[in-house]
Amino acid sequence: MSASAELTSQEYIRHHLSNLTVGEGFWTVHVDTLGWAVFLGFIFLLTFRSVAKKATTGVPGKLQCAVEMIVEFVDDSVKSTFHGKNPLIAPLALTIFVWVLLMNAMDWVPVDLLPHLIHWVTGIELSHIYMKPVPTTDPNITFAMAFGVFFLVIYYSIKVKGLGGFIKELTTQPFGHWSLYPVNFILETVTMLARPLSLALRLFGNLYAGELIFLLIATIGLFQLPVHFLWAAFHLLVIPLQAFIFMMLTIVYLSLAHEDH
Amino acid sequence: MDINATLIGQLVAFVVFVIFCMKYVWPPIIGAIEARQATIADGLAASDRAAKDLELAQEKATAQLKEAKIEAASIVDAAKKHEAKIVEEAAGKAQAEKEKILASGHAEIETERNRAKEELRQQVAVLAVAGAEKILERSIDAAAHSDILDKLVAEL
Repeated sequence: MSASAELTSQEYIRHHLSNLTVGEGFWTVHVDTLGWAVFLGFIFLLTFRSVAKKATTGVPGKLQCAVEMIVEFVDDSVKSTFHGKNPLIAPLALTIFVWVLLMNAMDWVPVDLLPHLIHWVTGIELSHIYMKPVPTTDPNITFAMAFGVFFLVIYYSIKVKGLGGFIKELTTQPFGHWSLYPVNFILETVTMLARPLSLALRLFGNLYAGELIFLLIATIGLFQLPVHFLWAAFHLLVIPLQAFIFMMLTIVYLSLAHEDH
Repeated sequence: MDINATLIGQLVAFVVFVIFCMKYVWPPIIGAIEARQATIADGLAASDRAAKDLELAQEKATAQLKEAKIEAASIVDAAKKHEAKIVEEAAGKAQAEKEKILASGHAEIETERNRAKEELRQQVAVLAVAGAEKILERSIDAAAHSDILDKLVAEL
């Protein structure tokens, strides 16, 4: 890469892993990852909304067929796991699946393409351009979604089982004796908190690692081209799989919240 | 890995997107899919029903055809019988007519023959007398020998 000629590999990678930021301290906002996330979310919603508006019960068009395939896939996944009635879970699962899929798919955009485009259009020095286009390599993004799911799990746990039932579930198992209730509570709370944490970190870890390898490959000179191709082909598996896992675990956690033990 | 306000921004976006999807995206699409599934199920059921109806109709048609064949056969049979009867009657009539004609013909021939016989008999008598006259050279008295002649005539 032309930029790496003046930079060491370490500096090059660190530069590429830095976000475009606005603000200070906690009130920093990663404009690039959040911007791409919202942009991709809009692409998803506008595409699906345009199909929903023109949805015909007769012979569907090609776009409607594609959208219906995804919707039916999500609907089948939800119905095979969650047996109650909840109008939120299926749309939530659809949003998570498609949105995460699109955010993960940004991994396929060559790592230097966007900075060079911005350099070419605006003329800003490459070393001053920070652009991290894969939102799911930003823990803020994955944690935000995992927390959203976590709040819903707690909300439905309390709504379905009542506050007493929810506390009872946290304290009376796995050990049935009253003297062990505090131990139960600690165990169950850890289990509870581990869910959003693992959900967020799994997605972040997989995509961050993938992005890091792309950056490492970008530093090896001419031979990077076939290696880039192989790594991108491997992501044909990683990208949909991680989106599917995030969606599936969301459904499982929410269906657990609806079930009495 | 620093957690900051990006998380809040993403959380807000997430909530808004999910609500939008729940209100405006999911229901129309899943509704269209389910309506189409219902239509297809109805169509399949209708085609099943139609196939069953067709089978029934074919059975009925076969039965009717069989009935019609039997009826046609009986009609043909009756017609044949009737025909035979007519032919028989006509033959009978013709036979009777023939016999009548033959009988009248025979009767006519018989009377004709009798008349000819009578005529012949008389002519033979005359001829015999004439011949005898010629043979006996007028020596025979016709009146004296008439009893012999009568006997001769009777023998003829």
